[in-house]
Amino acid sequence: MDFELSKEHELARNLFREFAEKEVKPLAQEVDEGERFPDETVEKLAKYGFLGIPIPKDKGGQGCDTLTYAICVEELSRVCATTGVIVSAHTSLSCDPIFKYGSPEQMEKYLRPLATGEKLGAFGLTEPGAGTDASGQRTKAERVGSGWVLNGTKVFITNGGKAQVYVVFAMTDRSKGTRGISCFIVPSDAPGFSIGKKESKMGIRGSATSELLFENCEIGAENLLGEEGHGFGVAMSTLDGGRVGIAAQALGIAQGALDETVTYVKERKQFGKPLAAFQNTQFQLAELKTRIEAARLLVYSAAWAKDHRKNFGFDAAMAKLFAAETAMAVTTMCVQLHGGYGYIRDYPVERMMRDAKITEIYEGTNEVQRMVIAAQLIGKLKKA
Amino acid sequence: MKIIVCIKQVPNTNEVKFNPETGTLIREGIPSIINPDDKAGLEAALGLKDRYGAQVTVLSMGPPKAEEALREALAMGADQAALLTDRAFGGADTWATSSTLAAAIRLFEYDLIITGRQAIDGDTAQVGPQIAERLGIPNISYAEKLDVQDNRVIVKRQYEDRYHLISSPMPCLVTALSELAAPRYMTPRGIFEAYREREVRVITRGDLEIDDANIGLKGSPTRVFRSFTKGLKGKGQVVALDPTESAQWLVDRLGEKFII
Repeated sequence: MDFELSKEHELARNLFREFAEKEVKPLAQEVDEGERFPDETVEKLAKYGFLGIPIPKDKGGQGCDTLTYAICVEELSRVCATTGVIVSAHTSLSCDPIFKYGSPEQMEKYLRPLATGEKLGAFGLTEPGAGTDASGQRTKAERVGSGWVLNGTKVFITNGGKAQVYVVFAMTDRSKGTRGISCFIVPSDAPGFSIGKKESKMGIRGSATSELLFENCEIGAENLLGEEGHGFGVAMSTLDGGRVGIAAQALGIAQGALDETVTYVKERKQFGKPLAAFQNTQFQLAELKTRIEAARLLVYSAAWAKDHRKNFGFDAAMAKLFAAETAMAVTTMCVQLHGGYGYIRDYPVERMMRDAKITEIYEGTNEVQRMVIAAQLIGKLKKA
Repeated sequence: MKIIVCIKQVPNTNEVKFNPETGTLIREGIPSIINPDDKAGLEAALGLKDRYGAQVTVLSMGPPKAEEALREALAMGADQAALLTDRAFGGADTWATSSTLAAAIRLFEYDLIITGRQAIDGDTAQVGPQIAERLGIPNISYAEKLDVQDNRVIVKRQYEDRYHLISSPMPCLVTALSELAAPRYMTPRGIFEAYREREVRVITRGDLEIDDANIGLKGSPTRVFRSFTKGLKGKGQVVALDPTESAQWLVDRLGEKFII
């Protein structure tokens, strides 16, 4: 067993760190305060190949692995969680399911431009009445002629309105429950498809979170992703992968807050000495660092598991649960260690604490992760 | 066009500290980087490759660890890499380093050699020009712009108060300032290929036609008599004024000290 990152992963981290510091950090406060999607950053992410990291080269991607991708999301989120989630939603929730379930034609038509970064991707599962209970889908797809017609509304869709390719779930046979859900690839220019309300959020405010409206939206038969009626499985397996991305995002937020705080406590003086000289500060920092390192091991091992094991949902759920709770606890304590300055916008820990909260909610709440972990642990119970 | 770029792996001096007692750098635990002037030179070579087509070879002399710098250069887009490493090359000053590098360069075909102006851990600025001397080719130092036209290089050579535009036939050697070109980012794909699909050619003593008197510690005429850390003369003064006022303030202080 070896806990050292390989040389290529170390060099990739240097690359992501340098890019994040130079290109992403200078915009972080402004995109947050202005709720502005950083289009110029996405252009650069595409140019340098950050939008197809784990996708094979022959499909237009970078031919790296999930660990490299996780380190990328971590380093971007360390300075700007908005940028982290743009990459995560695009890669895990849009590229990944098309790579896993797509036909050769779908890979060429949709995956290649996503993996090269020519197009941005999004994932439409959540509905007003179907959040944690994703099986309660109201959006329906009906066969009309040789294609499909979609009707319904999706909400809280990351990259909504900015993406050109949407992986969307809809009921094709309500009588079959979850076995009646199918998955479709919807291009943004499909007739009858439009973007509704853009949400105003507590954190990750630069990321686009929008409603998707389908009003007799027409797509071809070839836009069905995977088999008819197998959509729920596509959604669940995609979310397993997505959790690695969000766990990496949470890890990055926590590390970013700790780095800011270590700098701050060495400079800020009270009672004639730097805050770092007080044992309370030292013990708190030690606690935060230890939790972050534990989270990092879980996140990296889940990323590794995704590439090496058939079932990694258990690993991904534990990584996301622990990393999200770590991000929330670490950012909260970092604000506390900043005192009054932690509560104002001049210091980034204020934003980081707001950004951390969403990692406990999206792509499965902490409670959903606990359900996944417990289900794996206990298995099916016999009926009493 | 065939371009050879010489690069050196150096400690990141932004993070390095001096041992005041021995007067040497404390290198332990300090991250290593490609010397910034060399990296600008590499970018200039890759820029020429993008514009006109070229084969870019990176060459480095150093311990086995210097392979990391070469892999990074491959990840940026260099075509091939060679590491000049041998115990026999250790302890070299600029004389021995340039003779060793020149001997290695003779193993390759080249139209243009680019080196950095100087390395941030030595600051001598001697190795590049010495290589040119040993190979018997023209040398243009302090390049802040570089282009190739009709088989000649055209270099904007920086001076303190002016610049020269110099044209030279190839083959020739150019030393790069860090301003020459802003290095591109690597790509994740480039990094993985650099480590998993590419080779770094290793060149050792036996591969070179060179006299033992010109390599390593024995081939180095330089003797360091003593090195020391300059003590601080006193606390500086910080003023917060607008640029015009601060310039006036500075002129007044220098006048008081009869410096101007």
